[in-house]
Amino acid sequence: MKKHADIMGMPVTIEIVDMHAREEDCKEVFSYLRAIDEQLSPYKKTSEVEKINNREIDTIDYSPLMRKIVHLSEETKYETQGYFDIYNKGRLDPSGLVKGFAISQGAKMLAAKGYKNFFLEIAGDIQTSGTNRNGEKWAVGIRNPFQNDEIVKIVYMSGEGVATSGIYARGAHIYNPKTKKSVIDIASLTVISQDIYDADRFATAAFAMGEKGIEFINQKKDLEGYMILKNKMAIYTEGFEKYTTGK
Amino acid sequence: MKKYLPIGSILVVFFALVAARSFLNADQKTPPLKSSTDTASSDNSSQNVSTPTPSSGGYKDGTYTGDTTDAVYGPMQVQVTIQSGKIADIKFLQYPNDNPTTLSINQQAMPILKSEAIQSQSAQVDIISTASQTSTAFKESLSSALAKAQ
Repeated sequence: MKKHADIMGMPVTIEIVDMHAREEDCKEVFSYLRAIDEQLSPYKKTSEVEKINNREIDTIDYSPLMRKIVHLSEETKYETQGYFDIYNKGRLDPSGLVKGFAISQGAKMLAAKGYKNFFLEIAGDIQTSGTNRNGEKWAVGIRNPFQNDEIVKIVYMSGEGVATSGIYARGAHIYNPKTKKSVIDIASLTVISQDIYDADRFATAAFAMGEKGIEFINQKKDLEGYMILKNKMAIYTEGFEKYTTGK
Repeated sequence: MKKYLPIGSILVVFFALVAARSFLNADQKTPPLKSSTDTASSDNSSQNVSTPTPSSGGYKDGTYTGDTTDAVYGPMQVQVTIQSGKIADIKFLQYPNDNPTTLSINQQAMPILKSEAIQSQSAQVDIISTASQTSTAFKESLSSALAKAQ
């Protein structure tokens, strides 16, 4: 069963390979993702994030989910020496962490329902479980940042999460909180981890470090990365190779 | 995993290798036709197999665990693997460090980075990982609009 939805302004896909997959289960995950978006989107006037940015809510009145997100963000900021920061020019924008968090939670919901072979994707960030309909590891293609219709690397995963940070258009959507400037020296950084939550937040932070980002990923035992530079060379961690061999 | 081993750790590694070598040298003193005196006096530190006797390459193939020793900075314990009579690998089962980790001399102690030119792939895939273009364009557009609105 494969279902699509448009949530958070992004395409969401659930594919469940297991027999007897129920449509209601997919809908439940979509509803959960919509609820997260309603509350945490920096683009919705009625979201809690927007109210916080408009000074309508005090810290003591944050919802439990908001508190959790802020706590996770502070943890991530610490773990990335400040390169991950949900405050951007004085405004709260937790989207660098929320997407991975939401996919991770959604995947856990599917697992709790007994599904073993599936993936959940939000706009290029993916959590996999088990195998595809051919009984093989999920084949995930890394898009060529310079050519939309091309794939430059294939990774085979079963239970891992993968996230890609990057800039495909002119300009950049991730900025370096240390230099206060946009990151433009690398084209994309793909990170693989057991949990998409980790892959996503560290891909976001490492991308902001520029070329040093791949060193940061390399030093973390449970992360592997593939960084594509503006000159069309790729730098990748040694352990990344275990995902490119062996279907 | 630390990228740069501090000098203290390098010294510890050195001592450990020396310790491992001397542990194995003690066995090498035992000749193929061992006498009871030699067997009795050889330093049998191996914890999990019978006294190793050297094969034609010098040592008996197998994996042997050494004693836990005091390496100044903390406890040290090595495990050596013999293949074709020679030391093929030495693993640190206990390593005096804040972050104990199993290191092997046959692995790079520090994970390395590799590089390649990107190449178009033609094989079929199930899913594509990409930076989210929609939100990029959306955010950029929104940012510029909000900037004008201020």
